[in-house]
Amino acid sequence: MEHLAIVPIVLPLAAGAVVLIVDEGRLALKAAIGLGSALVLVATGIALTMLADASAVTVYRVGNWPAPFGIVLVVDRLSAVMVLLAAVLGVASLAFSLARWQRAGPRFHSLVQFLLMGVNGAFLTGDLFNLFVFFEVFLAASYGLALHGSGGVRVRAGLHYVTVNLAASLLFLVGVALIYAATGTLNMADLARHWREAWTGDRVLFEVGGAILGIAFLVKAGMWPLCLWLPGAYSASSAPAGALFAILTKVGVYAVLRTGTLFLGADVAASPSPGTPWLVVAGMATLGFGSLGVVASQELARLASYCVLVSSGTLLAAIAIDIPALTGAALYYLVVSTLALSAFFLLVELVERGRRPGADLLAVTAEAFGTESGPEDDEDVNVGAVMPAANALLGVSFAACAIMLAGLPPLAGFLGKFAMLDALFQGDRVPATSWTMLALLIGSGFATVIGMGRAGVRRFWAAPGTPRVRVVEMAPIVLLLVLCAALTVQAGASMRYMNAAAQALHSPTAYIGHVLGQR
Amino acid sequence: MNEVVVALAIGVLGGSGVWLLLRPRTFQVAIGIALLSYAVNLFIFSMGRLRIGAAPVVAAGASANPAAFADPLPQALVLTAIVIGFATTALLLVVLLASRGFSGTDHVDGREPER
Repeated sequence: MEHLAIVPIVLPLAAGAVVLIVDEGRLALKAAIGLGSALVLVATGIALTMLADASAVTVYRVGNWPAPFGIVLVVDRLSAVMVLLAAVLGVASLAFSLARWQRAGPRFHSLVQFLLMGVNGAFLTGDLFNLFVFFEVFLAASYGLALHGSGGVRVRAGLHYVTVNLAASLLFLVGVALIYAATGTLNMADLARHWREAWTGDRVLFEVGGAILGIAFLVKAGMWPLCLWLPGAYSASSAPAGALFAILTKVGVYAVLRTGTLFLGADVAASPSPGTPWLVVAGMATLGFGSLGVVASQELARLASYCVLVSSGTLLAAIAIDIPALTGAALYYLVVSTLALSAFFLLVELVERGRRPGADLLAVTAEAFGTESGPEDDEDVNVGAVMPAANALLGVSFAACAIMLAGLPPLAGFLGKFAMLDALFQGDRVPATSWTMLALLIGSGFATVIGMGRAGVRRFWAAPGTPRVRVVEMAPIVLLLVLCAALTVQAGASMRYMNAAAQALHSPTAYIGHVLGQR
Repeated sequence: MNEVVVALAIGVLGGSGVWLLLRPRTFQVAIGIALLSYAVNLFIFSMGRLRIGAAPVVAAGASANPAAFADPLPQALVLTAIVIGFATTALLLVVLLASRGFSGTDHVDGREPER
């Protein structure tokens, strides 16, 4: 059991490597290995979540060296639930790809496994340089997945995506190097201890390093104005890739949250969080920008990409306003919005399938759909039965996604937003930021209702014709939405878990003690 | 003197890299990324303080006085960064060629700007 923490990294690595050497023709075997690995990851994620809920912080020392010198993996409530979330998205995306997308390129299953490995590693690592390495692992896999299916539009969007993220990675390295120069350590807990105790090192150097590191994270999280690459890259990517990419911005948010609470938390005596007021403003700007984008989008895939920005902006603003209860609510929102976004990315492809490319109006070009090069040719290679009553089920799923993303009752999106607002309006004096946040949250929900409502009317009521949908494609979407519904029903239990996670983040002495203390 | 030379090298590489990164041709962007990663690698290396004639590894039997050795950690970090940077730059080159093949132009937007 003590090696459970390394499973989310080693298992996808091994599975991805094995899939690489399986012969091209044996697609069923590849899919079985990939899907099996993802299912085991889900089980591991559940086990880790239960472990984290029972014992708060578990430290796994790779190579058994004590903490500041060796590499550690740290399982706490936050990282465990993020690993579980990534695994669930992996299963959904792989299941969806069984119908056709896995045939669109030769290395699809390996790339998915390596992406999962990188994402899990980024969630679990307790060391800044390893965070960089795992970021690079999942980014390299995501470059491949962004190009999956090929085609001119994807390659052009991929070129921008790769370039922006390479530049951001270089900033990441500069930040890490500066922090090492200032402190002589890269272990996050050790850094946090330095920062908290009387420390005579070069504070300015540390703060500059932290700021540069933060910019690298925020590029990944999609903060305005660093997010302009995101809608193009996400809307051009194939459906299973888009569904997986829903978690990538959350890795950036996770990194901001983790390092932010460790280095800038309220109990740090030195300076009262130099970056946080900026982050609140930037998060709100992202939220506003995303809402405008949602209203302005004509294509469904673009609409989905701007929904990613809305979710990122909400989270960034919420975690920057330093209230534990708000962070807990934001974590709940993070999980449900990621599930809904992933389902929506999968749904978009099915909804658009029945339509002639170019039937859309205005700024939509035929190639922007990416259909001219998609694996549409092998329409006759059937996997599973064709779905009956596809339009009705698609419509219901679309409505559920819209309700989740807009934050309308009764689904979990509403609960997340409501809990955030509740946390904002505690106490006697309500600051202006809370009112701004209230306006933006409700405004973004309204924008989403308009955007999704318009798109839904145009797709489901105005346009006749039923897309050919297979059961195996519909099942992952239904699975993700059912999970959302389960989180709605079990909101009390999950909110308790998230609040405990947020409390632990806001008083990181236990984290620091566990990582550094035990020998 | 030593520090000035290294700092100038990093500055020139970084400046050229940023300038090239902002140019409209994909090949310039690739070279810009490569130059920038050289600059960053040198930067990481120099963050372990510049030492002349000091080994990073403790020899067997020698006294382990930290003052007599160069800091090995940035050297290990820079090795990792070089490998990752090399691989990702190679990947960028592939995407660049694919983009050239699809669009028939080497402009970063996939089409020539209207004059």
